[in-house]
Amino acid sequence: MSGHAEPETGPILASDGTPLKKRLARSLRMQKLRALALIAPLLIFVLVTFIAPIADMLFRSVENEIVSNTLPDTVAAVSDWDPKAQELPSEPVYQALYFDLFLAAEAKEHTKLGTRLNYEQVGISSLFRTSGRKLDDIGKVYEKWLIGLNPAWKSGEFWNELMRGAASAAPDTDLLAEQRARLTALTDDPMQQDIGFVPGSEIARILPLTAREYTANALFIAIDKNRDISKRGPWEAVYTALAVDLGDPEVQRAISGYQGPGSDELRAAAAAIDTAPPRDFTAAMIKVDKDWAKPENIQAIKIYSGKYTAGYYLNAIDMQKTLDGVSERPENQQIYMMLFGRTLFMSLLITFSCILLGYPVAWILANLPLRTSNLLMILVLLPFWTSLLVRTSAWKVMLQQQGVINDTLVWLGLLDDASRLIMINNQFGTIVAMTHILLPFMILPLYSVMQTIPPSYLRAAKSLGATNWTAFWRVYFPQSIPGIGAGSILVFILAIGYYITPEIVGGTTGTFISNRIAFHISSSLNWGLGAALGTILLAAVLALYWTYDKIVGIDNVKLGG
Amino acid sequence: MADGNQPFVQFKNVQKTYDGEILVVKNLNLDIANGEFLTMLGPSGSGKTTCLMMLAGFETATHGEILLDSKPINRIPPHKRGIGMVFQNYALFPHMTVAENLSFPLEVRKMNKADREAKVARALDMVKMSEFGGRRPAQLSGGQQQRIALARALVFEPELVLMDEPLGALDKQLREHMQFEITNLAHDLGITTVYVTHDQTEALTMSDQIAVFNDGKIQQLAKPADLYERPENAFVAQFIGENNTLEGVVKSIDGETCVVTLDDGSEIDAKPVNVSKPGDRTLVSIRPERVEFNKDRLHADAHTLKAKVKEFFYMGDIFRFRLSVAGNDEFIVKARNAPDAVRLKPGEEIEIGWLPADCRALDA
Amino acid sequence: MKFAKLMVATAAFGMAAGAAHAADMATDMTLVSWGGAYQSSQQRAYVEPYIANNSGVKVVWDESSAEAVAKLRAMNEAGNVTWDLVDVVASDAIRLCDEGLAMEIDPDSDLAAAPDGKPASEDFGDLLVSDCFIPQIVYSTTFGYRTDMVGDTPPTDVCAVFDLKKYPGKRALEKRPINNMEWALLCDGVAKDKVYDVLATPAGQEQALKKLDTIKDQVIWWSAGADTPQLLADGEIVMGSTYNGRLFSVIEEQKQPVAMLWDAQVFDLDGWIIPAGLPADRLARVKDFVKFATDTQRLADQAKYISYGPARASSAPLVGKHADLGIEMAPHMPTDPNNAKNTFLYNYEFWADYRDDIDAKFQAWLAK
Repeated sequence: MSGHAEPETGPILASDGTPLKKRLARSLRMQKLRALALIAPLLIFVLVTFIAPIADMLFRSVENEIVSNTLPDTVAAVSDWDPKAQELPSEPVYQALYFDLFLAAEAKEHTKLGTRLNYEQVGISSLFRTSGRKLDDIGKVYEKWLIGLNPAWKSGEFWNELMRGAASAAPDTDLLAEQRARLTALTDDPMQQDIGFVPGSEIARILPLTAREYTANALFIAIDKNRDISKRGPWEAVYTALAVDLGDPEVQRAISGYQGPGSDELRAAAAAIDTAPPRDFTAAMIKVDKDWAKPENIQAIKIYSGKYTAGYYLNAIDMQKTLDGVSERPENQQIYMMLFGRTLFMSLLITFSCILLGYPVAWILANLPLRTSNLLMILVLLPFWTSLLVRTSAWKVMLQQQGVINDTLVWLGLLDDASRLIMINNQFGTIVAMTHILLPFMILPLYSVMQTIPPSYLRAAKSLGATNWTAFWRVYFPQSIPGIGAGSILVFILAIGYYITPEIVGGTTGTFISNRIAFHISSSLNWGLGAALGTILLAAVLALYWTYDKIVGIDNVKLGG
Repeated sequence: MADGNQPFVQFKNVQKTYDGEILVVKNLNLDIANGEFLTMLGPSGSGKTTCLMMLAGFETATHGEILLDSKPINRIPPHKRGIGMVFQNYALFPHMTVAENLSFPLEVRKMNKADREAKVARALDMVKMSEFGGRRPAQLSGGQQQRIALARALVFEPELVLMDEPLGALDKQLREHMQFEITNLAHDLGITTVYVTHDQTEALTMSDQIAVFNDGKIQQLAKPADLYERPENAFVAQFIGENNTLEGVVKSIDGETCVVTLDDGSEIDAKPVNVSKPGDRTLVSIRPERVEFNKDRLHADAHTLKAKVKEFFYMGDIFRFRLSVAGNDEFIVKARNAPDAVRLKPGEEIEIGWLPADCRALDA
Repeated sequence: MKFAKLMVATAAFGMAAGAAHAADMATDMTLVSWGGAYQSSQQRAYVEPYIANNSGVKVVWDESSAEAVAKLRAMNEAGNVTWDLVDVVASDAIRLCDEGLAMEIDPDSDLAAAPDGKPASEDFGDLLVSDCFIPQIVYSTTFGYRTDMVGDTPPTDVCAVFDLKKYPGKRALEKRPINNMEWALLCDGVAKDKVYDVLATPAGQEQALKKLDTIKDQVIWWSAGADTPQLLADGEIVMGSTYNGRLFSVIEEQKQPVAMLWDAQVFDLDGWIIPAGLPADRLARVKDFVKFATDTQRLADQAKYISYGPARASSAPLVGKHADLGIEMAPHMPTDPNNAKNTFLYNYEFWADYRDDIDAKFQAWLAK
């Protein structure tokens, strides 16, 4: 060979001197990258349209941030409350509830939470809606009291100066950021614009609640309403907050030494605090809506205060969260487990009847001359070209009591006019219609697998002495099992997710879990529960697939030769 | 068992049509003796496979009778005929192991397990595949599959075995080897074999008798040597082996010899086979290896033809020449690569001739 | 989202500053409705005259009202609301408003006053059931029955539905608790004004389901408005609930042997909502359209094509003859005094609260 000797040990080098292994790795990597680039469009498509929605569904089935985002302080305050004591929560809970709900109502977010909690506790929807409408009344008395003391309290300009503090005072940017975060969580808006207002740190320390509510007010008015806070007086919650602050002896002491803008008016108001209306939020909230006196409403907030909840899943398996942990739902509300069972059972039945009906058809198709089988194949595919609704409605015409089949049977004298068969709006109707609709999904894989089984196998078996049946059962059938497997998986998975057909012909006993999922997605808007049901269904399908793989082997599934 | 005088398999006036218009088998009469290895040879569409399928029971004769051991079998379903069969693609059941495949015909005969295992083992041993019982057909090579197919067709000890082009899928070397094995096995076991092929070499090397099929008819039924050396008509002559033909008219017949005037006017000696009187049109046929261009080897008054060498092919053991003879540019001559062999050059003009017995005047 | 809000805000400023200019309005509008005869009545009564006055405006219909709430929510989450005006039933409007998906309106400035100058808020009156809802029609869910299957005593009372002895045969009810629970209680001896109080209690819900139990195996449950008319026409049922407009078409247009039972029919409303967060030009256009389409004359005109009552008090005297059949429409209106002798008022607030709870119980009961 060549003159220069290769070193005995050490890496083998490529012609350009780089180690051969490295070269190989590089060229393989290039190949992989090119392959990846080729499948990239599909990959992106699948990610965007398939994986992402499923991930979203999984997330929705546990997501519960709305409670803590809408009522952050209430959630914090209510954590100390023991609902089992059967007493109403303490005053701070109601006070937090008032301020949380006031802001939520201004941002029109309170009814969303009402809808969410109404899934768990009847009546919360209207409780939140009416409360949102009447909550202003609580603050109006304090506003009136303050303006009665000094008309300056009406002026937006005055308030603005008061809350900014002295020109020399340090601005409290932390408070501003904190309120920005509160509003972001509540409204889902970034809330990042500059609003031309920062509370003064000294006044914020003296009047913590007031500064907080005023900052939130200023932020919201400026960003959401595009208005300057100094043009008009603040909203009622700020007056309320001031009344609360002024009632605090600590605050009164701090005010006495305060020198910033509006300090005189503050001192005057603090001095007159005894003339202020009482700051009893428990009573005020109950006055707004008597349902706030029901501990179960606050309980619902407490139970569902977490950012994530298993509540939807529990609901989806006929359980519920209670104070004592997880328990079964009352019997008159249990439905989902039964529906899951029914869906699986009926899907199996439909799959089985598809095998029973589709097998001979596929066999005939596979064994006919190509021209004839192509013609018959069109007949098999014909249903695909008709709208699902039309096909299902056609079954209605066939199966109903005054329908074609009953009419024919009566006309033939096989049936008494009074005892017409009930073949629709029950499980039978669903099974018949869905078997018909899903039959092509069984026939096609069966056909393509059977086409690859040469007729010589049957001949060989017969020449070896097997009867027609033995030849079929021992030789042909085992080879067609991959087709049955593929067809069954297709039909079963499609059946499990069907809802239009069961909805139309299923009556009350032939509906599937998918009908409930559809109801929660498009009608009740309980997407969390719908997502939980969908996830459970997905898990059930995967579990069945896994079982199938274990028992039959997934490599034993063929869609064609 | 059939007694020695009665043919074991008999086709009597068998006709077959699929569409009611064209007969694919025309009035077939064929006797196969017990223990005979008969090959049905013919181009595709000649009706040979149809005959085999009728014998196996997968096709029914439109007319006529097929007798097996003197009993008509037309109405007996295939699984009761007890005929072993080897298929073109072997038709080994892919979902069963080799042993299960072999055991299948015994199982359907309700044989007990011990007997089955013994027979399977013996059959595997017979084809020298004893270690492969546990494998799936897909894990075997083509030749191995072929042996298993053979073993399966024989394991239930049928008296008749049918083989439908069983070696078609094998490469040349393996095919030759298997030809040998199959013939030996068939003769050792003494079973009657009907073998279908379109490969004439296969037919010539394996068979006791060959039935040449064309156009739904048996053209000639003969032993391999007769078929090659004494074809009875132009089709057989053309189909079996390499062959040169020249067209002409019979000039005179004199017992075992005749003189044929070829279309270019030259004359040639031949053996009259399918001609009866002078004036008949004929196709004279001569095997390439029987053409002589060494004039000394022909007797003095033999007719010779002028020929012009067109091409020379060196093929190792033989030389092969393409000549232009009496207007036929595809006239082939072969010569053994002997030390004294003449190498003709393209363009050379020579005279060729042959023994009248080697040149057969056949139907035109 | 934020940007959209800003745009709306800016638009609101613009509106307040002065009348919007036609040039600032979008020319395309996507209206969402229910399809069928109802949608075509809207096309003929509102859209065609509007386009006649505003050439160049193009209207696209989307027949998605049945899933409007879910779709709007999805559009909103995706940040791309393609609809401009959505026709929904009142309860959906309340929900859309609760969810912040519909825009709040000011009836007196956004809607036209009555011809006599009465402001819109007074003309629509109680029918403004939500801050976002622009009422359009009053319809009722009521029963139709086969005149050839009830013998000589056609039913006059809604409780005939529960009387299997006198009226044997199948009946069709909607596959949801709403309306059915109320009728069950009414026919179980609960006074009309106490129905919702009773239904608010678990015992009352049990009572209603128990009453429904008596006819459960004779009920075909429908989920599409077209089901009952079809079942009546086929003779599959002796009576069934559906919307009065559907029954009108079975009786007057198809001339089937069917009659209407005007008793304890449930009054409900249908109307428009404007999706929240529309860009300024589209909002301007849709506001312009809605002001026109819900004025007194337009609402009265719609009754020419379909037998639903106009939502404005001032429209009632203007209701004329059916445009194609030529029959007087007033007697077919659910609001006609002869038909409205014993009506039942749907309680939106109640169902907003109890829908999920009672539905769970109802579905469990159905599946039993």
